[in-house]
Amino acid sequence: MNLTTTYMGLKLRNPLVMSACQALSEEVDNIKRAEDAGASAVVLYSLFEEQLRADAEELNERTTAGTESFAESLTYFPEPSAYHLGPEGYLKHVQKAKAAVKIPIIASLNGCSLGGWTDFAKKIEQAGADALELNIYWIPADMDLPGTAVEQVYFNILKAVKGAVKIPVSVKLSARFSNIANVVKKLDDAGANGFSLFNRFYQPDIDLDTLEVKPKILLSTPHAMRLPLRWVAILRGRIKASLAGTGGIHSAEDVIKMLMAGADITMLCSALLKHGIPYFHTIETEMVRWMEEHEYESVKQMQGSMSQIECPDPSTFERAQYVRAVTTYRPA
Amino acid sequence: MSQRKFITMDGNEAVANVAVRVNEVIAIYPITPSSNMGEWADQWASEGMKNIWGTIPSVVEMQSEGGASGAIHGALQTGSLACTFTASQGLLLMIPNMYKIAGELTPTVFHVTARCIASHALSIFGDHSDVMAIRQTGWGMLSSNSVQEAHDFALIAQAATLESRVPFLHFFDGFRTSHEVAKMEMLTEDDMRAMIDYEQVLAHRQRALSPDRPVLRGTAQNPDVFFQARETVNPFYAKVAGITQKAMDKFSKIVGRQYHLFDYVGAPDAERVIVAMGSGCEAAHEAVEHMIKQGEKVGLVKVRLFRPFEAKHFIAALPASVKSIAVLDRTKEPGGAGEPLYQDCITAAHEEGRSLKIVGGRYGLSSKEFTPAMVKAVFDNLKTAQPKNHFTIGINEDVTHSSLDYDPSYTTESPKVVSALFYGLGADGTVGANKNSIKIIGENTNNSAQGYFVYDSKKSGAMTVSHLRFGPEQIRSTYLVTQANFVACHQTVFLERYDMLQFTKPGGVFLLNAPWSADDAWNHLPRPTQQQILDKKLKFYVIDAIKVAKESGMGGRINTVMQVCFFAISGVLPKDEAIEQIKHSIKKTYGKKGEDVVAMNLKAVDNTLSNLHEVKVPAAVTSKVELLPAVSPTAPKFVREVLGEIVATRGDLIPVSKFPVDGTFPTATTQYEKRNIALDIPVWDPATCIQCGKCVMVCPHATIRGKVFDAAVLAKAPATFKCADARDPEWKKTAMKFTIQVAPEDCTGCGLCIDACPAKNKAQTKLKAINMASQPPIRQTEAANWDFFLSIPEMDRRRIKVGSIPQQQLQRSLFEFSGACSGCGETPYVKLASQLFGDRMIVANATGCSSIYGGNLPTTPWAQDINGRGPAWSNSLFEDNAEFGLGYRLTIDKLKEFADELVAALAPKIGEQLVDAIVKADQKDEAGIYEQRVRVAELKGKLTRLQQEGDATAKTLATQLLGVADYLVKKSVWIMGGDGWAYDIGFGGLDHVLASGRNVNLLVLDTEVYSNTGGQCSKATPRSAVAKFAAGGKPLGKKDLGMIAMSYGNVYVASVAMGARDEHTLRAFIEAESYDGPSIIIAYSHCIAHGINMATGMQNQKAAVASGQWLLYRYDPRRTAEGQNPLQLDSRKPTMPVEQYLLMENRFKMLTKSNPDAAKELFKLAQDDVNKRLAFYEYLAARPAAGTKPEQPAAPVQPATPAA
Repeated sequence: MNLTTTYMGLKLRNPLVMSACQALSEEVDNIKRAEDAGASAVVLYSLFEEQLRADAEELNERTTAGTESFAESLTYFPEPSAYHLGPEGYLKHVQKAKAAVKIPIIASLNGCSLGGWTDFAKKIEQAGADALELNIYWIPADMDLPGTAVEQVYFNILKAVKGAVKIPVSVKLSARFSNIANVVKKLDDAGANGFSLFNRFYQPDIDLDTLEVKPKILLSTPHAMRLPLRWVAILRGRIKASLAGTGGIHSAEDVIKMLMAGADITMLCSALLKHGIPYFHTIETEMVRWMEEHEYESVKQMQGSMSQIECPDPSTFERAQYVRAVTTYRPA
Repeated sequence: MSQRKFITMDGNEAVANVAVRVNEVIAIYPITPSSNMGEWADQWASEGMKNIWGTIPSVVEMQSEGGASGAIHGALQTGSLACTFTASQGLLLMIPNMYKIAGELTPTVFHVTARCIASHALSIFGDHSDVMAIRQTGWGMLSSNSVQEAHDFALIAQAATLESRVPFLHFFDGFRTSHEVAKMEMLTEDDMRAMIDYEQVLAHRQRALSPDRPVLRGTAQNPDVFFQARETVNPFYAKVAGITQKAMDKFSKIVGRQYHLFDYVGAPDAERVIVAMGSGCEAAHEAVEHMIKQGEKVGLVKVRLFRPFEAKHFIAALPASVKSIAVLDRTKEPGGAGEPLYQDCITAAHEEGRSLKIVGGRYGLSSKEFTPAMVKAVFDNLKTAQPKNHFTIGINEDVTHSSLDYDPSYTTESPKVVSALFYGLGADGTVGANKNSIKIIGENTNNSAQGYFVYDSKKSGAMTVSHLRFGPEQIRSTYLVTQANFVACHQTVFLERYDMLQFTKPGGVFLLNAPWSADDAWNHLPRPTQQQILDKKLKFYVIDAIKVAKESGMGGRINTVMQVCFFAISGVLPKDEAIEQIKHSIKKTYGKKGEDVVAMNLKAVDNTLSNLHEVKVPAAVTSKVELLPAVSPTAPKFVREVLGEIVATRGDLIPVSKFPVDGTFPTATTQYEKRNIALDIPVWDPATCIQCGKCVMVCPHATIRGKVFDAAVLAKAPATFKCADARDPEWKKTAMKFTIQVAPEDCTGCGLCIDACPAKNKAQTKLKAINMASQPPIRQTEAANWDFFLSIPEMDRRRIKVGSIPQQQLQRSLFEFSGACSGCGETPYVKLASQLFGDRMIVANATGCSSIYGGNLPTTPWAQDINGRGPAWSNSLFEDNAEFGLGYRLTIDKLKEFADELVAALAPKIGEQLVDAIVKADQKDEAGIYEQRVRVAELKGKLTRLQQEGDATAKTLATQLLGVADYLVKKSVWIMGGDGWAYDIGFGGLDHVLASGRNVNLLVLDTEVYSNTGGQCSKATPRSAVAKFAAGGKPLGKKDLGMIAMSYGNVYVASVAMGARDEHTLRAFIEAESYDGPSIIIAYSHCIAHGINMATGMQNQKAAVASGQWLLYRYDPRRTAEGQNPLQLDSRKPTMPVEQYLLMENRFKMLTKSNPDAAKELFKLAQDDVNKRLAFYEYLAARPAAGTKPEQPAAPVQPATPAA
């Protein structure tokens, strides 16, 4: 069975890629384990520029608090001659990951300033990453900010990064745009090599015991896949960049569906957190079995076969399908 | 030869720079003001700095100075070059080893920041009482007087000891030299190599103990030979002076600075000469040069080599014209024929046959100022026909009239010197900015530069005063600035209380940070300040530095802004050049802390000048506002006349007659010092409050309190006083009222209470039952409410159920308004003990944070109840606190026993019924104690009558019993201190006291670090924490003190964390105190040295417990008797990984930034520590009690009230 696929020009042995997640890729051993289990590439957890900046500010504040106030304790900490406040740790991790496995390593960058995006992107490239995923995670809460301005930020970041590095660059997008297709088209025109659809914004929750708003991370469920499935299907064949389906992929069937919709690869996270990294192997085995049973020869054969362009009824991905669904639904 | 550089640094760094380079083994232990030398040594070693022979010195922290000296003794005996650093009490602990090291002719140098020894009181400041206490040990003693000399002498001493084999004590004045920042020429490693003869190093190695050439050293000798053997060293001592001078001469050839055993400065034909040692010589030198220009025939002998004291060299240093000498000693030897240096000079003159009039005097104890004006007075004294001998100078000694008068206005400072004074708060970065300014001027111009910093005795809201001097000539002014060209007030609030301009020169500049415009600023100044501006014709500038700092992202740190202002208007450097230098320095200083930190500082520089305005000064005074009194006018006389004067920074002027003769001070005096340091204070919302008492419990300063009272008292309440119906069923029955009141002028604004408050406003969840509000608008009304609150009668202690926090927290705190850090994690425990047991409590307090915030003058937080009862408190030492407290118990038990005996003997006279009730009294609870007090009062009445009416025997016994009758009422002995005491220096004593079986309560305020001396590692420090002396992260785990205590089986042990489970803490305190035997409570105390947000410190405690890093448990031996397992593990299973907790605190997190690989490894081991410890405790707690059936694992304590 030929499972190979190409993502942003990277030749992959199958379409199963480990998604960016600290718990999954923080340890090089896990990356190795993913390779051993059959993953064709790994997207490393994100480097958060914002976190680095916050850490530096916190360090400055915490090491100076209470100093020079009392004669016996003019400081409270030794003062090392140097701190590692930049992305050195992450870059070292990229290097270690590259050295440990043969599969491509895709770094992930989550920045908060234009300088950070480009500077860190260059450093990541120098560290040996095969590609870079830009995780643009922004919740614009300013009521005076028009949608076009929000989109412009995305374009600016991509252009800046593309101008700085030679390795392929993908953009991980949220689905929260007035016209996601238009945004993707413009990013595609601006040189994006790939899109990861979609980013999941962690939604805050209310703790009724403490009456506090708390971030609560929920693992995805299979039905979360429906949203990327639709947009992958709509975009397939209409843009130059590769497509990665991410979010809600929990089984071989999910992978197959996403590939049929048009994804070049699928990214897994929650399923791995739930079942463990060796789950790659299970999915691959089941995928092969399904493909054999249904007489598919390769992944390429099925990729995009159910996209909006290729499917029997293109309207099913649009409003008509919605009208049909709501008018015919009856509770079981 | 490499080039020598001019650098600005303080004396400690200057000395450590040499010591680390010429030693191989360094044993360290923190003690102010020497700690920094050990810190530098540890840090440099952890960063791989090598000595001049290419190897990194091995730096090891010991458990005490006694331990450090022992380790050094051993290191020397086995052939390494070894040294240590210490001061004061630490040096005293080294004395036994010092005798041995000298007796064995072992070369070493101990570097000592000379510091006062505790007598009637402790003092961290400088004098020679410590070094004088070791002059008999047989060590060479070399004194340096300035930062440069301290640097130079560190090397000279090393060269001299290696050649002479006599160990050397190199000492320099604590704070004045150790902490003065000055420009100095740094020796190169080539200089050091040139000074040290490696043959002598090899000779030292050859003498070492080695199984390859075995010898024995340290024999026991008998009367037949000891004496002779002791005299064998004489030839070595005879050579020390010559060898030292030779080293000084060699140093001069290499470096160019020439020193002598006794350096004379002054007129070649001087008739009057002062002899002195230490930093005071610099002030005297300056004064002598000035007086010579005035035609006076005066001179000064600076004693460099004090031991061996070479009479010949001393006499030779004196010009032949000298007729009289005043010998100044910076120490006091009560009962002696005179102080040590004076006696040496007398002996020298006598032995050398030189006829001189010699008088001695004391000066400068505990860093008391020593100025040219005082030098002049000493010389003037010598002019008189009968010079006063055994005089004091610098104080008004009006009891035995020993002091010399002096004219404080006499000054000898060069007009070329620019001097500046900066009044700031610790938190605003003033001192750091000034140190930086000194560096800029010192290292970028040909000017000399000097900075000295004076700190407050409080740890929160503390005022710092920076004294800076710059000038083209060498600066010898080792005294505070009193004629400033430039004065800056960095905090507006100081204006209302302090005379900011008393030390400003006429024509000088006054810079004020205030939120006022240039047109308005004048109108806000108090009358005396306006008057001084006019009288002295000062230029007056104003800037809203807080606004500029905030707009630049700097928060409340106005350091950079004020620094720019200083350079812009002081004229020390051309403005543009200065600003360039500041920017350069910002990049250098903050570069390693990230671009944002640099950027915000640079932004602050750019934003400053446009906000700096000169104020047009009117022709006349317009204000009628006077400075506020230092303490309340209603305070007792002693508080007003003594403590108040100290608060007002006029302590130097208080005469001797005003002081208690034996160091005894009244308690309950912090209430009179209204510090008003909080910008925001909590405000209570009765409608939201659930009356749980948590805010009161966690308040570190006892400034938020609750009361339950009869509604009738409200008749006199101010209109804004708030209360609610009491919710507790007990109080509800009688329709009582409940209130929470904040002391607005005492609160530090830490926010712990807000964080602890579990009640949220239902309509606006951002609000709680207490919320922060700006203090100034509500200061007066809330102050009136506070006064009214104090007038409400306290709840009868017998009615309070102490096991319930809402009720227990109604007990009045007898520990209030201390000088602890804002948000302190220790004081809530201290306060809790004072609430529960304060009226019968006697405290032994180990030296450390708790002895400083509990016992540092001017005012004392230990308070008294309405009956005048309250904790009695004392501090003995750092190392003996447990033993000291045991002594309390021994007395109390003995005198109680004696009282019982006397009561029994007088039974027929007193009445059997009363005697029986007294002897058999059950004093387990408040009611029992109350009733016993009533009985003892009745007994005392009877005894008083017996004294008058009884027979001779009865009179005698009654008199004796009256002296001890109070011991019939229960006394609660509390032995408190930090982990440095309990785990390290005092552990031996603590262990012995635990083993004594006596009824004492030990409270270990465990901050897991030596907090008071600036965060050095202790054995309580957990693995992976970065601390001083563990700059690379502590590689080993925390000592389990509780487990050690439990091993005795008869000790009550509790491990508590108030922020994690407050009712558990309360229960442990009650159980510990009720246990008739030794009890120890190990209390997790969050601390500013942890690098945390202090406002949410209790959350850190909670996380420590939730991660399993800190266990909650109680071990109660009484349970064994009941057939139960004595250990109750009260912690639940961890709910978060340890790393999550570690990353909440900078002490751990900074390791991820300074050494990420080590952090990763140590964090893993930290988790292992937690897992293993928890498993072990679970095993112990689940074991069946001896002789009983297996029981279920101990159930965790269920909270009685909602968790914070």
